[in-house]
Amino acid sequence: MYGNDFPGEDAPGGLLGEVEAAEAALRAAAERDRSAAGPGEDLAAYFAEVVDADQKIEPRDWMPEAYRRTLIRQIAQHAHSEIIGMQPEGNWISRAPSLKRKAILLAKVQDEAGHGLYLYAAAETLGISRDELVELLLEGRQKYSSIFNYPTLTWADVGAIGWLVDGAAIVNQVPLCRCSYGPYARAMIRVCKEESFHQRQGFEILHTLAHGTPAQKAMAQDSVDRWWYPSLAMFGPPDGDSTHSAQSMAWKIKRFSNDELRQRFVDMCVGQAEVLGLTIPDPDLRWNDERQSYDYTQPDYDELMRVIKGNGPCNRQRMAHRRRAHTEGAWVREAAAAYAAKQRNKEKVAA
Amino acid sequence: MNGPFAFTLGLGDDALIAAQRLAEWTTHAPEMEEDIALANIALDQLGAARLLLSYAAELEGAGRDEDALAYLRDDREFRNCLLVEQPNGDFAVTMAKLLVLSAYQLPLYTALAGCADERLAAIGAKTRKESAYHLDHAALWVRRLGDGTDEAHRRMQAGIDQVWPYAHELFAAQPGAPVDPATLRGDFDSTVAAVLAEATLTLPESGWVPAGGRDGVHTEHLSFLLAEMQVLHRAHPGARW
Amino acid sequence: MSERSERTDQLGAGNPSPLWEVFVRARRGLAHTHVGSLHAPDAELALRNARDLYTRRQEGVSIWVVPASGITASSPDEKDAFFDPAADKVYRHPTFYDVPEGVAHL
Repeated sequence: MYGNDFPGEDAPGGLLGEVEAAEAALRAAAERDRSAAGPGEDLAAYFAEVVDADQKIEPRDWMPEAYRRTLIRQIAQHAHSEIIGMQPEGNWISRAPSLKRKAILLAKVQDEAGHGLYLYAAAETLGISRDELVELLLEGRQKYSSIFNYPTLTWADVGAIGWLVDGAAIVNQVPLCRCSYGPYARAMIRVCKEESFHQRQGFEILHTLAHGTPAQKAMAQDSVDRWWYPSLAMFGPPDGDSTHSAQSMAWKIKRFSNDELRQRFVDMCVGQAEVLGLTIPDPDLRWNDERQSYDYTQPDYDELMRVIKGNGPCNRQRMAHRRRAHTEGAWVREAAAAYAAKQRNKEKVAA
Repeated sequence: MNGPFAFTLGLGDDALIAAQRLAEWTTHAPEMEEDIALANIALDQLGAARLLLSYAAELEGAGRDEDALAYLRDDREFRNCLLVEQPNGDFAVTMAKLLVLSAYQLPLYTALAGCADERLAAIGAKTRKESAYHLDHAALWVRRLGDGTDEAHRRMQAGIDQVWPYAHELFAAQPGAPVDPATLRGDFDSTVAAVLAEATLTLPESGWVPAGGRDGVHTEHLSFLLAEMQVLHRAHPGARW
Repeated sequence: MSERSERTDQLGAGNPSPLWEVFVRARRGLAHTHVGSLHAPDAELALRNARDLYTRRQEGVSIWVVPASGITASSPDEKDAFFDPAADKVYRHPTFYDVPEGVAHL
């Protein structure tokens, strides 16, 4: 629907295949008849009916206030994560070890800015402005993904972010392509299509390092050691402790629980780690025949809470960086606004 | 010094160092949209650098490739103009630099597209389209900053004043080169004059015309830029990435 | 034809730059399709930003940006400079990366 089909699509069944399927389902549902023709007196019933039919809620539809608030919070957090998430990887653009890697990394970080903007635009359809959302971020009143409060200490961390962090993000995001809110679902379809290259470039970096010199291999293993558990924590607290999940599932904002997605991620990573020749730092990781899944060690959720509360290694640095860019850019934004106003006046005079 | 190798290397180094500086803006731009725009321009410059350095390496015939040229030369061996190695400064300085660079690269690449060397002609045909976009972008911002607020006007004029002396080096004659930059000066002057006039800005009078980049005599800034760019590559001699 | 909910006009902090809806024609023969929105103080910047934001992968041969009061379209004359630069950035596509045999779910 965005006309951005890529040459050489993935075989169906891959993550990109799931995104395509979500897009097809979105179209099919849009064409399906429901019994009622349009919203009658009972707006809440109509809303429920649209959601039940797996059709999309659109911006001008009536929606429960809590649905609107939940979506604003979630989409904004997602947008903030893209913008703050540029920093840890941006940290290595100037030092990328080959010109090809430099170009790829720059394009990737640029994509993240783009994804942040798609998502801010989706949030704005819910009746809040981007400026307000940016202010909420800068004042620390809205969060971003805690993973970006960890430092990128070596080049291998760029690989680990691509493989593990983007991998976890994709597992999280692919179901969002089927979210009940139309603008969010459409933004996520676009984001997921573009992000499939992100995970692959990370995997390729780690694969090259792991098959390179002993120093490179050690660098790769060290970064996987540091990023594995924070990546598992990206799926949020365990289902029992998650406050928002049940209602979000009923509204089809969220389609799978935190623990389901975390398990899916672990199951995906094990085989990939073997191909990389790197070790997942979990001595208790083993196949469970009964569950047809891997048993694994949970991340440290106390650490997750500390980082969310602002006490991770880089929270202060990331926020200070964002605030500085925003403050230092104010005079440029003001000049552009003043210029536009002058031009409008000139046109008025001419007319 | 005027052989096709030195000429191609100089253009490649211009593009590479410009890309490195522009990429420094990532996550620092005054608006999120501008982060994306500056990254686009940096990617274009980097793409041009890779084509030019790869071709320079072939012309040299000493078994080097784009990465050997980018990562394993010292500052005295770089042939970029002084303009591109200057620090970014504020957004106005960066736009002044981009205006001068793109108003030079556009006629240069356009002329290159018609030169006798087929490889350089192909590179020119591709990169001139990108330069047109860069020039457009720089002009768009120079107008807005020059004719926006008082503060922006002051900063934009200061940016032009700071950058302008470095423009002269770009047009030093290279007779016998695939394109002699001296022939591009008229085009460049009229492009810049038109943009500045619209932006209510003026060209500074300056008798100072720094040069030396094409001979490997740089400002103090380049060595720091290279130290950062090359640190990882050099820490692992012979490694693949 | 803004897709905003009605509340958008009432809210908004300070003096935000105007919102533009972006339409892209992906290929010759197709209609312009709505792809999203962006902020810019004027039409020229809106078009520029739309090109960078929504056609980084060379999707599109033409862009419209639409403020509340009118339509501005990219001119066909500019399409070379507008769209060609993305053609060589193959690394933006997942198929650029070699994935060793036997790797699933990537």
